[in-house]
Amino acid sequence: MSLNLKKGVSKQSAYNLRDPNLDYEAAHTLSIIVDNESGVLARVIGLFSGRGYNIDSLTVAEVDPNGHKSRITIVTTGTPKVVNQIKAQLNRMVPVHEVIDLTLKGKAVQRELAIFKVVGNGNHRVESLRLADVFRAKVVDSTLKSFTFELTGTSEKIDAFAELMVPLGLKEIARTGIVALLRGDNSN
Amino acid sequence: MKQANKITGAEIVIKALIEQGVDTVFGYPGGAILPIYDELFQQKKIKHILVRHEQAATHAAEGYARSTGKIGVVFVTSGPGATNSVTGLTDALMDSVPIVVISGQVPTFMIGNDAFQEADTVGITRPCTKHNWLVKDTEKLAATIHKAFEVAGGGRPGPVLVDVPKDVQFASGHYTKKKDVDTTFIKKEPAIDLNMLDEVIDRLELAERPIVYSGGGVINSGQSAVHSLRNLVAGTNFPITSTLLGLGSYPASGKNWLGMLGMHGTYEANMSMHGCDFMLCVGARFDDRITGRIDAFSPDSYKVHIDIDPSSVNKNITVDAPLIGDVSNVLNSLNKRWKERGSKVNQKKLSAWWQSINDWKKVKSLSYESSSNVIKPQYAIERLEELTKPYNRFVSTEVGQHQMWAAQFMGFEEPNRWMTSGGLGTMGYGFPASIGIQIAHPKSLVINVAGEASWLMNMQELGTAVQYRLPVKQFILNNERLGMVRQWQELLHGERYSHSWSDALPDFVKLAEAYGIKGIRCESPDKLDDSIREMIEYPGPVIFDCLVEKHENCFPMIPSGKAHNEMILGEQTEENSISDDGAVLV
Repeated sequence: MSLNLKKGVSKQSAYNLRDPNLDYEAAHTLSIIVDNESGVLARVIGLFSGRGYNIDSLTVAEVDPNGHKSRITIVTTGTPKVVNQIKAQLNRMVPVHEVIDLTLKGKAVQRELAIFKVVGNGNHRVESLRLADVFRAKVVDSTLKSFTFELTGTSEKIDAFAELMVPLGLKEIARTGIVALLRGDNSN
Repeated sequence: MKQANKITGAEIVIKALIEQGVDTVFGYPGGAILPIYDELFQQKKIKHILVRHEQAATHAAEGYARSTGKIGVVFVTSGPGATNSVTGLTDALMDSVPIVVISGQVPTFMIGNDAFQEADTVGITRPCTKHNWLVKDTEKLAATIHKAFEVAGGGRPGPVLVDVPKDVQFASGHYTKKKDVDTTFIKKEPAIDLNMLDEVIDRLELAERPIVYSGGGVINSGQSAVHSLRNLVAGTNFPITSTLLGLGSYPASGKNWLGMLGMHGTYEANMSMHGCDFMLCVGARFDDRITGRIDAFSPDSYKVHIDIDPSSVNKNITVDAPLIGDVSNVLNSLNKRWKERGSKVNQKKLSAWWQSINDWKKVKSLSYESSSNVIKPQYAIERLEELTKPYNRFVSTEVGQHQMWAAQFMGFEEPNRWMTSGGLGTMGYGFPASIGIQIAHPKSLVINVAGEASWLMNMQELGTAVQYRLPVKQFILNNERLGMVRQWQELLHGERYSHSWSDALPDFVKLAEAYGIKGIRCESPDKLDDSIREMIEYPGPVIFDCLVEKHENCFPMIPSGKAHNEMILGEQTEENSISDDGAVLV
């Protein structure tokens, strides 16, 4: 008894059998309160890589030294079903205390900090300083040939500034990734 | 010098295990865990079972845990000891089995230096445990072990690992009692959604074609859940099917039983799943072996999902009504509320539904062609079932065709009697699991239904069985093939049998004799009953080499990428051929 299969393996994956309407992807900003213990970041990251979820941005730092709690802010992209899975999987982890989906919870303040090194002479140099002023970027270091700017804002603002700096001699950027909190007087 | 009230880390480990009520540990000593073994030697409350490979220790602990409802405990040393436990940890994670592995580690000051037998154990086992800990301070050791037991057994159970460096085992520290441990880390179970419960009962009362689909979660939840499930089925007269891991929660002799569902489930179970209008999933997780093709899974049903783990809900299948909570609590509330509302069901439609189900049953999907010359594997299992059922019996299996035949042809009346590797599909699981079961139930008849290929993967455990005089019966369906691989190659890969047979099998009878135990070979159907009786009656371990038909396939089968109503019942035809989409699925 043979099943008359074509040789070789199809490029189609099992997921192509799914309802295409479920595949509407959106970015979500998740704020995750965790115990600040060794390996906690690896656990969270391992969950994302192990289950094939995306990480667009990631920040982490201790926010409650007495309670040993850190806040991890992750921007991830996925269908509503996947994002719900991510939250449920995160909530299952022992050191995870709270997972807040800022995208669903309402308006959130989202900020990123970036440092730009721009090297140039003459007009380029003047123009970069003028644009920095427009963007309210601060000069944090300078040589006769370069400026180092610090800029805080939304990711879009930082993208826009970076784009403008490219023809003016942008050499390097360092970005923190997004940190975010809900607007208003409610905590989370 | 010991200070007041302080004891060594090794003593803390043993003391904490005793406080947790541990009576048995499966393990294998080595350099980095010697202080703990030294303490083990100097006490009498905990019995240690020396396995022959750390993987077997984890499976034995799983067998122990599943057959008792208690938590299994394992000791392994650092490096290779810990890495060998990874398969068992993953198996326990997939099947929600509570085990605690305590691993030795190189001393803290050597961690990261590529010391002898060093491995990043917490790093390696992070994705295959519910949680794990590296304990760097003896003062925190007792509390960590108590937490480990809480995490392993709490919520949806699973494996945990505590990595204890050797200097932490030697150093002194205070003991923390279980009751003094901070429990704020425990995840609280949400309250049952009562509105949702009422909506579910609305649907239940009106259901025309209902089905209950139960899983391992019912067994994990305990006797009360099993009791509630049986009450619900008896009260509603709904048909019930179960996953591989859920077998036994509803008795196989019960009148509403449809047999197992899924890839090798019965025709009536799968057709009922496909055609139902009300599905009550209790403690199961819509695994791909169960659902078949996702977009064609039970298209017309209102789906209720009872699960303690919110991440199981809407993972594979989108359901209409999630009821999050312990199966026992949710089922109790459901039963209670349904009774308050008058215990109504749609009697008339239900009778018609049973009529369809009874027609599906007439297909007799488990039938096979019998033979008087050669032992059919299905026949072997049928006879084993018949002859062992009167005994106080526990069954484990390896993974493959024999496992599916055992699930199809053996009937379980009670939970915790059937131990098999479902989620991970670990060949080599059954033999060590049977050892763990026999340790927990010394007077019971423990049978491991095996294929010869799986069994060889942990055959070194013969030593353990002999050393502890464990009368485990190894019932090997020997087809000299990797039967399930061979079946897939026949169905999917143009009958090209790439590396799916073994040309160098041992003489199992002589192998038994080499260990001083009994070996029985049986190759003819008319001698099978007597040989099985001989196996049962022999007071020690037995290797039963049952030579069966070599090319038998396991049916019914839902081919990959197909829906429940597209089962292959045996003979192949064009329309049930597997598509390219299906071929990439496992």
